[in-house]
Amino acid sequence: MKSRWLLWLPLALFAGLAVFFIGGLQNDAPRVVTSALVGKPLPAFNLPAGASDRPALDSREYTKGKPRLLNIFASWCVPCAAEAPQLMALADAGVPVDGIAIRDARADVDDFLARHGNPYAHIGLDARSQVQIALGSSGVPETFLVDGEGRILHQHIGDIRAEDVPGLIAKWKAAQ
Amino acid sequence: MIAELGLAALWMSAALAALQLVLAGGGLWSGKKAVAEKGALLSGVRPVAVAQGALVTLSFLCLLLLFLRSDMSVALVALNSHSAKPLLYKFAGTWGNHEGSMLLWVMVMGLAGAAVALFERALRHDTHVATLGAQAAISLGFYAFLLFSSNPFARLNPAAPDGQGLNPLLQDPGLAFHPPTLYIGYVGLSVAFSFAVGALLTRNVDAVFARAMRPWVLAAWVMLTIGIVAGSYWAYYELGWGGWWFWDPVENASLMPWLAATALLHSVTVLATRDALRAWTIMLAVIAFSMSMVGTFLVRSGILTSVHAFAVDPQRGSFILALLLIYIGGALALFGARVGTVREGSQFEPMSRESLLVINNLLLTVILGVVLIGTLYPLMTEAFGHQVSVGPPYFDRITGPLALIMMLAMVAGPLTRWRKDKVGVVAGRLLWPLLIMIATGAVLFVLGGERMSILSFLGLMVAGGVALGSIAPLFKRNLRRTPLFVWGMVVAHLGCAVSLAGMAADSAFTSEKLIAMAPGEKVETAGWKLHFDKVGPIAGDNWSAMQADMTVRRGGSVDIIHPQSRFFSNPPTTTSEAALLTRWNGQLYVVLGEQLDDGRWQMRIWWKPFVTLIWYGGLMIALGGVLTLIGRERRGWALKLRKSHAQEEWA
Amino acid sequence: MLSAALMLVISAPASFPALAQTALPPAPYANRQLDDPAQEKKARDLMHSIRCLTCQSQSVADSEASMAGDLRSEIRERIAKGEEPEHIRSWLIERYGDWISYEPTAEPIMWPLWGVPLLLLGVGGLLVAGRMKRRGAATDGKKGKQI
Repeated sequence: MKSRWLLWLPLALFAGLAVFFIGGLQNDAPRVVTSALVGKPLPAFNLPAGASDRPALDSREYTKGKPRLLNIFASWCVPCAAEAPQLMALADAGVPVDGIAIRDARADVDDFLARHGNPYAHIGLDARSQVQIALGSSGVPETFLVDGEGRILHQHIGDIRAEDVPGLIAKWKAAQ
Repeated sequence: MIAELGLAALWMSAALAALQLVLAGGGLWSGKKAVAEKGALLSGVRPVAVAQGALVTLSFLCLLLLFLRSDMSVALVALNSHSAKPLLYKFAGTWGNHEGSMLLWVMVMGLAGAAVALFERALRHDTHVATLGAQAAISLGFYAFLLFSSNPFARLNPAAPDGQGLNPLLQDPGLAFHPPTLYIGYVGLSVAFSFAVGALLTRNVDAVFARAMRPWVLAAWVMLTIGIVAGSYWAYYELGWGGWWFWDPVENASLMPWLAATALLHSVTVLATRDALRAWTIMLAVIAFSMSMVGTFLVRSGILTSVHAFAVDPQRGSFILALLLIYIGGALALFGARVGTVREGSQFEPMSRESLLVINNLLLTVILGVVLIGTLYPLMTEAFGHQVSVGPPYFDRITGPLALIMMLAMVAGPLTRWRKDKVGVVAGRLLWPLLIMIATGAVLFVLGGERMSILSFLGLMVAGGVALGSIAPLFKRNLRRTPLFVWGMVVAHLGCAVSLAGMAADSAFTSEKLIAMAPGEKVETAGWKLHFDKVGPIAGDNWSAMQADMTVRRGGSVDIIHPQSRFFSNPPTTTSEAALLTRWNGQLYVVLGEQLDDGRWQMRIWWKPFVTLIWYGGLMIALGGVLTLIGRERRGWALKLRKSHAQEEWA
Repeated sequence: MLSAALMLVISAPASFPALAQTALPPAPYANRQLDDPAQEKKARDLMHSIRCLTCQSQSVADSEASMAGDLRSEIRERIAKGEEPEHIRSWLIERYGDWISYEPTAEPIMWPLWGVPLLLLGVGGLLVAGRMKRRGAATDGKKGKQI
C-alpha cells in the first residue's frame, strides 16, 4: 500500500513535539523581556531630581566620555532594597551609578535612600514610567551599562546579586 | 490516622491497577483463540476494576475529610487551606492544588474504569478486556505520579498552627466546581482512548465498537463543554475586565481537547452509522486524549509561562512528559503497526451527510492544529532567540473564518441524507437559512455595518442563518415522535448559533465608559443612568471590602448594584467584584476601581448587549449532548433492564 | 492575571507573586477615555494588541498593573496628539522587540505561523478528496485509502 508511510506520520509528528517539549523542559533560564535598545543609543531624556540631595538626571550625562551605570529602581520595590548593598559596592569600586526612580515621590525616595544607602550620583524622577518605557525596561529593578558615547552596552534584569558585581565591574572597565 | 488510611488505600488501588493490567495482558497473550475463555477472563478482571474504583474513592474521601477538618498536620492542607475559610472552599480546596487535583483525576478514572467493567455489554469480550487493561495501564502511570512525586497525604512535623489559605480569586462558587468538571471530561477522553487501544489490540474496529465508545465520548464532551463555559464565565465576572476569552495558553489547553472531542463525536457517529472512517476515528480518540495530556503538561510544567512566573516544579513536568511519551507514543506506534489491517470502509459520495461530517472533522482538526501551533509558537521562536507573542489578533483571524465555514457545513449536514443526496434538493432545503442570512446581513449593513469589524458582521450574519438552519431538521416532522437524539443535535447546533451571536454582538456593540466619580455624582452611558449613591466598608466571611451603592435606571426600571473591591488577608490579595446587572438584551458590568487623590473613585462601566448568549449557547450545546446521550442510550438501558428481568424470571 | 489565576486552578497554587504597586495615582489617561470617540477607538484597538509587560498573557487594555496604566496613558496622549497607532506600535517594538505586540509582525520568523493553517487545510483537503467518489465511478465496496 503506497500510503503506508502515512500511518507512521502521526508518530513522527508526535516525536517532533516530544523532542521539542524535552528541550523546553531543559531550558530553565528565566524568561525575561530584554530591551531591544541594547547596542543602540540611549534615548534622550531630561528628568527632574528624584531626591533632595542629588542632582537631576539628563541623558547628556552619558555622552561625556565615561561609561556609567543607569539603575532603574523604586522606593516601593522590595528587590530594589535587596540589591542596594550591591549598588553601594559598585559605587565604592568607582563605578558611577545613576538612578531613575519609577512612579515615586521625592520624600519616599529620600526615606528609601536613608534606610538602604545612596550609591547614586544623579537621581531622576520618572513619575509616569515614560523614560522606563522609552528605555525598553519592563520592570524594577533593572540596570543598564551605557558607554561614554551614550550607547547602551548591557542590560541587567532583576536585582543585582553579590555574584553579579565582579562581572559588572569588568564590563564597566572594558567599556572605558 | 485518616492520612495514613488514605495513603494505604491509594497504594492498594495502585496494586489493583497493576493486577488488572497483568490479568488483562496475560489473559489476552495466552489464549488468543478461545473466545469462551475471554468471558471467564472478563469475569476475572471485572471485580478487580470495581475494587480499584472503590479504594481510590476511599482515598479521595480521606483527603476530603482532612480538608474539611482543617488538619494542619498534613502538608497539603496547611499549604492550601485555612481554618477560617468558608466550608465550601475547604471542600473545594481539596482539588484546588496539584496533588489533590491529581487524586481527583485518578479517582474519576478509577470510577470510570469500574463503570466500563460493570455496565459495558455490547463490546466483544476480548476488546472489553483489552480496554480495561489499557485503562489500568493509564491509571497505573498516574498512581505512580501521585505516590512517587506528589503524595497528597505527606505529614508536616510539627503541624502548622494554621494554613496559608486558598487564593481568593479561586474562592468563588463557580470556580470551585470548574476543575472537577474538566477532569471528568479529560478522564472520559481517557476511556475513549482505552477503547481505541483495546480495539487496535484486538483488531476490532466496527460499528458495534463505535456504538460502545460513543456514550463515553458524548459524556466527556458534555463535561468539557460545561467546564469551558464555566471557566469562561468565571474569568468574565471575576477578573473584572469584561473579557471572556483571551487565547491564553491555559485557556487553549482546555480548548484543544474539546475541539478533538467534538471532531471525535461526529466521526464516531459516521463509524456507528456507516461503518466508515475507522482509522480516523481511532486516530481522533488518540489525539483527543493526548491533547488533554499535552494541555496538562503545558500548564503544570510551566514551560509556557513567561515573565514573573511563579515557581512550577520541573520534576512534575518531567513526570507528565514521561507518561505522555509512553501512552501517546505507544498508542501511535500501535496505530502505525495495526491500523493498516483495519479496512477504512467504502468511499463517500461528495453530496452526502458523511461527506459534510468529514468536512466538519477537517475544519475542526485544522482549528485544533492552529491553536496548538499558535500556543507553542512563541516557545519555538525562542529557540531561535526571537521573542514573539501570539494572541487574539492571530487566533481570531485564522480560527474565526474557519469556524464560520464550519457553521455552514453544520447547517447543511443534518439536512443532507446519509449515503447520497442530490445537490439541487439539498440546496432547496438550505434556501430559507440562506435567505435569512442574507436578510440579516442586509439589516446589519443598513443599521451601521461599517462600524463593526468584518468578523463580527459575518458572525452575526451566519448566526442568523444557522439559527434557522439548525432547527430545520424538525420541519415537517411529528415533533412528539422525533427521536430524542435528533432533538439533542438540534439544540446543540442551535446553541452554536446562539453562542456565535453573543460573541459577535459583544465585540460589535459593547460600549465602555471609564470615569472617576465622587459619591452623589451621576453618569449616563449607552442608555443607562447611573447614580453613585455612596461608598463604604463592609465585612464578609473572610474578607473585608469597599462597596459602592449605585442606583441605575433604564427606561422605567430602577435597580441598586454593589460593585466591590475586596481585601483578603489569607493570603493578602485584593480582588474586584464586578456588579453585573443582567437584562434580557445584555449585561451592565460595573467595576469599582481605586480611589484617586481627589477622593473620587475610578469606575469602569460596560454595557454589553447580548453577551450572555455566549454562555447560554454554550449550555445549550452541553444540553444537546445530554439529550443525545439519553436518546441514544435509553434504548440500550431499556433492553438491559428487560434482559435482566428475563434472566431473573428464568431463574 | 487570567493566566495566573487559571493556572492556579489547574496547577499548584503557590502564593501569588506579590506585585508591589506604587501609591502614586495613575497617569492622567490611564483610566480616562479620550473625548473624541474616533481617537479613543484607535487607542483602544492599539491597547488591546499591546502586551502587558508585568503580567502574563494580558493586553495593557485589560491589566491593572501600574505600568500598563502608564502605557495606556502614553498611548492615549500620543493618539490625541495625532500620532498614528502603527507608528506607536513600531516605536514600542523598537524598544521591546516583537514580544510587545500581539499583532503579528511581518518578520520572516512569523511566516510559518501563517503557512501552517494553509498547509493543514491543503493536506487535509487532499486526504478528504481521496475519500470522495469520483463522479460516475462506482467504486463502492472497493478498498478505500486510509485516512
